[in-house]
Amino acid sequence: MMRRFFLIAIPYAWLLALFLVPFAIVLKISLSDYAVSIPPYVPQFDWAEGIGTFIAQLDFENFIWLTEDDLYWKAYLSSLKIALISTFLTLLAGYPIAYGMARAPDEWRPTLMMLVILPFWTSFLIRVYAWMGILSNEGFLNQFLLWTGVISEPLTILNTNSAVYIGVIYTYLPFMILPIYSALERLDGSLIEAAEDLGCSRLSAFWLVTVPLSKNGIIAGSFLVFIPVLGEFVIPSLLGGSDTLMIGKVLWEEFFSNRDWPVASAVAVVLLLLLIIPIVLFQRNQQKQQEAEQ
Amino acid sequence: MTLKKLTMTAAVALGTAAVASAEEVRVYNWSDYIDESLLEKFEAETGIDLIYDVFDSNELLETKMLAGGSGYDVVVPTGTFLQRQIAAGAFQKLDMSKLPNHENMWDVVSSRTEQYDPGNAYSINYMWGTTGIGVNVPKVKEILGEDAPIDSLELVFNPENMEKLSACGVHFLDAPAEMIPAALKFIGEDPNSHDPDVIAKAEEVFMPVRPYIQKFHSSEYINALANGDICVAVGWSGDILQARDRAAEADNGVEIAYHAPVEGAQMWFDQMAIPVDAPNPDGAHKFLNFIMDPENMAAASNYVYYANGNKASQEHLAEDVIGDPAIYPDEATLNNLYTTTPYPPKVQRVVTRLWTKIKSGT
Repeated sequence: MMRRFFLIAIPYAWLLALFLVPFAIVLKISLSDYAVSIPPYVPQFDWAEGIGTFIAQLDFENFIWLTEDDLYWKAYLSSLKIALISTFLTLLAGYPIAYGMARAPDEWRPTLMMLVILPFWTSFLIRVYAWMGILSNEGFLNQFLLWTGVISEPLTILNTNSAVYIGVIYTYLPFMILPIYSALERLDGSLIEAAEDLGCSRLSAFWLVTVPLSKNGIIAGSFLVFIPVLGEFVIPSLLGGSDTLMIGKVLWEEFFSNRDWPVASAVAVVLLLLLIIPIVLFQRNQQKQQEAEQ
Repeated sequence: MTLKKLTMTAAVALGTAAVASAEEVRVYNWSDYIDESLLEKFEAETGIDLIYDVFDSNELLETKMLAGGSGYDVVVPTGTFLQRQIAAGAFQKLDMSKLPNHENMWDVVSSRTEQYDPGNAYSINYMWGTTGIGVNVPKVKEILGEDAPIDSLELVFNPENMEKLSACGVHFLDAPAEMIPAALKFIGEDPNSHDPDVIAKAEEVFMPVRPYIQKFHSSEYINALANGDICVAVGWSGDILQARDRAAEADNGVEIAYHAPVEGAQMWFDQMAIPVDAPNPDGAHKFLNFIMDPENMAAASNYVYYANGNKASQEHLAEDVIGDPAIYPDEATLNNLYTTTPYPPKVQRVVTRLWTKIKSGT
């Protein structure tokens, strides 16, 4: 009994210390007001005045502010669009790679796995900088295309949304490949043989057997890509142009240019809600389906 | 140096003041803003380890100051930002008894920095300069003709000029506190206005030229101008003069000139101050005193092409520094310079929102 309790306590303690406590702090700041002080917001918690007065000083002014300026909604929508499109494109690129890996001979698999993980050995930031060198007007890509004669004028890719998509897909591809690979690897090959014996073409066997059985991998991969891309800051700020609107950049502006921590925190809280609500709904739906199946 | 920088960053990131055996002073200054041999000289003279980090935006520095626990002993905010940070309680008063070189300071500058730091109690002037226009002269004249308005805001705020210049590249500073006053000056408004309705008029200046601006950035333009990647930059005087010299050294056919716009240019002051929670305030005072030494200050100015607030350093300045009106303006130009004061929080929000709109179009 005790052992079970400890086993469950570990993930909950993790969640409490690394998610709920920081979130409570951010939520508290989002209900505060901007002030010229260190740190730049009031009220500060004061034991002498007690928790009642402290809570009475908090208000939702910053959230109302977010609804009054269309910048925030445009940035949320634009981030959502970029995250959805990149998740889809990453899936499109990642699935065949994962499929190929799962179908490769056993002795190749560790090597293929290594190749997917290898880029992580270099700093993420350096890899994004490398893309700046590749995509710029005088970069490798343009020089190569000019040399082959495919284009006569250099393409402007750096500082546009296309560069953001390229950077995002490159960076997050392993997060899509690995869960799909682990789902496909466990797939029982005899199921496909059975489908083919029963008259399925190879393509319909793929659609009717392989894809549904790798569904969990697809979902896990899509979440692993979608969630961080939605709040992505480094890639759009280094590869995107000044008109690439993403909520991560808006958050940065609020924090650094306005030095308005309360509004920056309100933006972060809304971002979190936007992420959590669909995930909770999705989980509920999954649970219901499972119950229905049983 | 690099390794030191790395450990420094790690220590700051963790928010810990690493206990080191040797005495250390941590300085956070603007990029391309000192003769690096001075850093070695300081270490040799005092035996203190100097850790030197750089930034390129006042906003970034201010966020670190307001978060507290930056781990730095000396930082260099611009006057307007300094004023707000003093109000927030970010700095400690200087101990003048530890700064014998303070007598070298120049009253012409000190009297002006008093508007940000009354009595100059918290800061010393490091460098001062103007915000103006850097041009690749042959390139711009080739595009706009011999009478191109290279010393006027017309060059960068008139859409007709900008459309033609966009092919060879134009950079603007990513610094709303300097760009918006310049736009207001251009249309004859008070550049130091804190009235949101007046500030809003800057939008009409930027929107027509916005499509022709290649980038808003506050440090890339030095190399971009020098390499010939761009032909116009709205930037800081000394940075553009550094670009001029780098181009001359490279001998690549690029010829850069700096002008403070004839309509009037913003004059700013970068001030050295000691954060209230500096781990080594004693060492910080030693560094400030070292910088105020006339020969050291002159060496820094000779290297970065910015004027300084140190009267005694002037006899050690190179002729192409003290004699260049772009660095040490004559009386007439000096009268044409304006200063600004910090925006109150509500107005700051209007300014940042406007700047986001100018940069992103939304």
